[in-house]
Amino acid sequence: MDTFFTQHNLALIFAVLTAISVLMYAILDGYDLGVGILLPMNNSEARDISIASIGPFWDANETWLVLAVGLLLVAFPSAHSAILKAFYLPATFMLMGLILRGVAFDFRAKVMQSKKRMWDYAFKSGSIITAFMQGFMLGLYVMGLEYTATSLIFATFSGLCVCAAYALIGSAWLVMKTQGEIQKDAVRNTKITGALTFAGILAVCMVNPLVNTNVLQVWTQAPWAYFYAAIPLLCFAMFALGYLVLKRLPMKNDYGAWLPFTMTCIVFVCCFLGLAFSFYPYLVPGQLTLYEAASSKESLMIIFVGSVFVLPIIGAYTFVAYYIFRGKAKKLSYY
Amino acid sequence: MFDVLLLSRIQFAANISFHILFPTITIALGWLLFYFKVRYDISKHPVWMRAYRFWVKVFALTFALGVVSGITMSFQFGTNWPGFMEKVGNIAGPLLAYEVLTAFFLEATMLGIMLFGFTRVPGWLHTTATFLVAFGTTMSAFWILVLNSWMQTPVGFELRDGVVHATDWFAIIFNPSFPYRFTHMLMASALTVCFLVAGISAYRIYRGDNKKAPRLTLKTALFSAALLTPLQAFVGDLHGLNTLEHQPQKVAAMEGIWETQKGADMLLFAIPDEENRENKFEIGIPKLASLILTHDLNGELQGLNDFEGAHPPVAPVFFSFRIMVGIGLLMIAVAWWCAISLKRKQTLSKLQLGVLISMTFAGWIATLAGWYVTEIGRQPYLVSGVLKTADAVTTIASENVMLTFVMYMSLYIVLLIAYIRTLFLLARKAVEIEEYEHPKASLVPNTIGMLDLSVSGNVLGNRQTEQGA
Repeated sequence: MDTFFTQHNLALIFAVLTAISVLMYAILDGYDLGVGILLPMNNSEARDISIASIGPFWDANETWLVLAVGLLLVAFPSAHSAILKAFYLPATFMLMGLILRGVAFDFRAKVMQSKKRMWDYAFKSGSIITAFMQGFMLGLYVMGLEYTATSLIFATFSGLCVCAAYALIGSAWLVMKTQGEIQKDAVRNTKITGALTFAGILAVCMVNPLVNTNVLQVWTQAPWAYFYAAIPLLCFAMFALGYLVLKRLPMKNDYGAWLPFTMTCIVFVCCFLGLAFSFYPYLVPGQLTLYEAASSKESLMIIFVGSVFVLPIIGAYTFVAYYIFRGKAKKLSYY
Repeated sequence: MFDVLLLSRIQFAANISFHILFPTITIALGWLLFYFKVRYDISKHPVWMRAYRFWVKVFALTFALGVVSGITMSFQFGTNWPGFMEKVGNIAGPLLAYEVLTAFFLEATMLGIMLFGFTRVPGWLHTTATFLVAFGTTMSAFWILVLNSWMQTPVGFELRDGVVHATDWFAIIFNPSFPYRFTHMLMASALTVCFLVAGISAYRIYRGDNKKAPRLTLKTALFSAALLTPLQAFVGDLHGLNTLEHQPQKVAAMEGIWETQKGADMLLFAIPDEENRENKFEIGIPKLASLILTHDLNGELQGLNDFEGAHPPVAPVFFSFRIMVGIGLLMIAVAWWCAISLKRKQTLSKLQLGVLISMTFAGWIATLAGWYVTEIGRQPYLVSGVLKTADAVTTIASENVMLTFVMYMSLYIVLLIAYIRTLFLLARKAVEIEEYEHPKASLVPNTIGMLDLSVSGNVLGNRQTEQGA
């Protein structure tokens, strides 16, 4: 036991756990933020159905952010403080967006009919602010947490890319969870946002190695480069396949409606792995590695033991919740 | 431009004050909903389901506000107080991690089933989901109060190279002030919910709601309040004695005692003057403070002058304590006054309804005042005797802290107004709407004309009346 659970290995385990939480968050809250970004303000029926499709899930989806930030805080406190201090203002704007959309979701269903539309706007704009700020922070992170003119331009571009990516996974979610006209609109949105996301990923793939020299080295050094090359190949294959699938949707008996969402998830995993391998072993790019930032062995061990028991249980009841609310979204009614 | 320590403290205090309002409600409201659901499962009487359906909406809204304001906290620990995790992260970290793992996911996932799953899952599973949501909120309170209590009365650790390392987790979790603080907070939550439910139900009746559900919830809330208010005074007293043992300087500030003395007066009112280290305009009851705190008329109480330079600012602790106790006493009086009328006359007067409506959020004020007593009372330390607040503060530019503070405050004020208005709007809607029964729930036809103001009597016994109507 003790030979395996060294400080070094525990730090790596926690880096993987934190990374998984961030990825889970990006996929899960990604689709419900995406639904918010695409909320059609000219069609109240479609708005109700869109929001109903994420109703039972969004609370738990956001919890992954708390877990990710929480793991960073407890396992890598110095990195948490360095990264979040650098992100102080964008993170605050993001939190404002999150607060706005989180409460709008509940207020819209409870206020007077005349004010519902106002809260729908709050939901949509909160979703856009949140997504943009997350992308903005990702861009700053890639640029080494520096506030220069170039990095701000790149961060802004990255913010737009993340908006497009969340809109993509959100519309793919709606393809799976809706039917009729709303589904047809969702298919069209998936095509548009898919093209935008593809362009964004391509651009980041080209810029990132130019800015970070060690990134270029990581991706070109044999033998790992052969393995790494699979990631962009898989990612772009998904876009090509997705194009073919979307041309045919919606099909009879709703055949294949789950495909766009699944493929988008694979794209998210690829992008995430691409970034993770680019920066390993750094947590704060160029400054602090995950091994330097880790907490003491004892406290990591005690969280690890808890996680081993609890994470499978969380997985199980999350699965149960998705199973209960499977199928096409219906209008929500409380009780 | 501004003092970053003071700004960070004000900002964190504002955020956490806003946040605590909502968990204070959801902790106890979750259990109340579970109670309604179980009563429904046993009796199959739809009035319990109607009570559930109204209050689950309030729960959903409150929970959402609690979640989103809580996310902010997980960021601010690192951004505003980086020194906290550097010094005590080995203890605070695992406690926070366990809160997320054992509570947050459970409550957030089960909430979906609880809110929207009634028609999709078997009844027992829906009841279980309701139970798990209540259990999750309580677990969350458990872990965060463990951490808070440990910061007040830290034990079970050693310092290595200036960093705290855990030596005994059992001692850390069940640290000296934890059992008292946890009980006191759970009961504060229960009382906050009692007065919220009583207030909103009274408002529905006041606005002419003739249905049975608000009467039932009013009765449940008032009788629980009558039972719990004196109990809370007792638990609060025990907590005070515990504080006297471990943090005498906090009690000295609460009581406004400057000089160590025997037979100390209990001050009903005073204006503590920290500069001259004395009180102005004192009105007190002789020897009562000594009697309450030492159970001896001439018991000795340590004064603030024994802790010069290491005691909290006196005035905020002194006044917050009086606000908390004052509202607590008012709650005892109102709960018993109304509960007795209800028992005797089966109804409440307009005046009583009005008083209950005005006290809808009394629990919030008492809870906040209580937290100010204990948190400001811990100053100048962040972790008693281990870490000073000033040593944990951030290096972020104070202008940025100021900017975000103003943004948060504006948003919070808007949300708080929207929240309170929406609660009363939900109540008004409930007055007007003929309650719609879901086929699965309607074993008894809906009642339109429960005109008597009676809130008492066996609900099952009244089923006949309802069917007749």
